[in-house]
Amino acid sequence: MDITRVITDAQKKKQTVEFGPGDSVKVHSRVTEGNKERIQVFEGVVIERKHGGLSESFTVRRIAHGVGVERSFLVHSPRVEKVEVIRRGLVRRAKLFYLQDRVGSKATRIKERKS
Amino acid sequence: MKNIIGRKVGMTNVFAPDGTYVPVTVISATANTVVERKIKDKHGYEAVVLGFEDAKIKQLTKPMRGRFEKLKLAPKTVLREFRTGLGEAAAGDAVTVAGFAPGDRVDVIGTSKGKGFTGIIKRWNGSGGGASHGSMIHRQPGSAGDTNAAKTVKGAHRPGQFGNDRVTALNVEVVQADEAHNLLLVKGSVPGGRNGVVIVRASVKDRSHGG
Repeated sequence: MDITRVITDAQKKKQTVEFGPGDSVKVHSRVTEGNKERIQVFEGVVIERKHGGLSESFTVRRIAHGVGVERSFLVHSPRVEKVEVIRRGLVRRAKLFYLQDRVGSKATRIKERKS
Repeated sequence: MKNIIGRKVGMTNVFAPDGTYVPVTVISATANTVVERKIKDKHGYEAVVLGFEDAKIKQLTKPMRGRFEKLKLAPKTVLREFRTGLGEAAAGDAVTVAGFAPGDRVDVIGTSKGKGFTGIIKRWNGSGGGASHGSMIHRQPGSAGDTNAAKTVKGAHRPGQFGNDRVTALNVEVVQADEAHNLLLVKGSVPGGRNGVVIVRASVKDRSHGG
């Protein structure tokens, strides 16, 4: 097999939580401030997932103090401690960029998926 | 010893211990052999000659055959001399990627990808002329120099062969040295295409080894 493939596969996380666009998640990420390390939680709606092997990523959007904030995380990054799914959302597309143009209550409205 | 000859495998990414995502070039360097150790008293300077990839006897020229016979070593296809970061090395020794540690600074020398005969825009980052309004100067070189000089200054930017040239990437950081698979991961890009022979040497910019 391709050598670069072996290198990247070895770094992939064994288990990842399954979640997709529309899901509300809490992302626990490690942040270093000075020489202290702590866990920071970012909560919001997953608006996209990008494939790409080890570079696989997802973007979470939330409205903080009336301002839309988006953060992207690498799925396999050691800095991403864990991802908690709070709510499964029912959406019709893979990328929820339309939320970026919305203001007010519609900006966060996503139907819940009942399994 | 922080010198080795290898082949470029390709590029990928790696997570550093602190979690940053680092772009790396993978270099496959199966064990090199020290073919010759040059010393100041005999050769006039200190150097080490490394051999990479076994060769068939019939592939070698007669002088090269004689050289390997005299040294009683298995013939190698690629031979290169190194003058920095020598350390302890005697003829016949095997050199592996074990000599490298993450954070080491190296120079990576390769043959850049050939781009053929190219114009000044690609070759020298020229800006070109206007595209329209009848400028009639689109991708042409500008002035060729002083008209009074009666000659063209050496090194003037002209079209010509670009690429397929020896290029050195200086002061490249070693990210990982995988001894089990004979792989060396260096940060960023490295000259040349895949499967091209690359020479990794202790960086001339790194003062820690006294070079």
